[in-house]
Amino acid sequence: MLEIRADLVDAMVAHARADHPDEACGVIAGPVGSDRPVRFIPMVNAARSPTFYEFDSLDLLRLYRDMDDRDEEPVVIYHSHTATEAYPSRTDVSYASEPHAHYVLVSTRETGSEDGPYELRSYRIVDGQITEEEVRVVGVAPSTE
Amino acid sequence: MAIEVRIPTILRPYTGDAKTVEASGDSLAAVIDDLETRHPGLRERLLDDDGSLRRFVNIYVNDEDVRFMGGLEAPVSDGSSITILPAVAGGSADLG
Repeated sequence: MLEIRADLVDAMVAHARADHPDEACGVIAGPVGSDRPVRFIPMVNAARSPTFYEFDSLDLLRLYRDMDDRDEEPVVIYHSHTATEAYPSRTDVSYASEPHAHYVLVSTRETGSEDGPYELRSYRIVDGQITEEEVRVVGVAPSTE
Repeated sequence: MAIEVRIPTILRPYTGDAKTVEASGDSLAAVIDDLETRHPGLRERLLDDDGSLRRFVNIYVNDEDVRFMGGLEAPVSDGSSITILPAVAGGSADLG
């Protein structure tokens, strides 16, 4: 199960809408071992494509260096599908390489850049196996940093 | 020559869970050969059957992407640091 704050869900959806029709991508980092997504980090899709996303290689290095310095790991790795459902493609599976991450997909195919209903689902992808999981959205805790 | 190599989570099963390991060599190719003698299986995760760098893996020498430094021929020297990171990529297109 992925337990995630409502404002972080809103941030992922807003990013997906802003970049529609290209795929949007990013990470929500959290303390190592906590399984708690905390720090929202939208990334540039270096492919700038409606059917592919890729972190720029130097952005990727900076991201991991930064997480390392903060004792964080990528708890959520998200991206959008802009014309298909929020389900991992074969490409998504072949690239998935963070066994501890929740892979979140947002589909903007219904509404594009506009407000309205969206589809957001979460998966574990380990050794090529996709396992969908429940997403539990929780309120923003009053005392978070 | 001691070169520090940072290992990503997904490859730590090959290094006994170590985040960083040491290796030696004067090129990236030599370092990968040396790593393979210490951590068998690692090489296959970095190189494909033709012996070229896998597309899904990024390798940096002193924070520079080796794709812009001659790939496997990228020079390294004592005190160099190497970082290995899996690409973060995907998308709705089925690449097959």
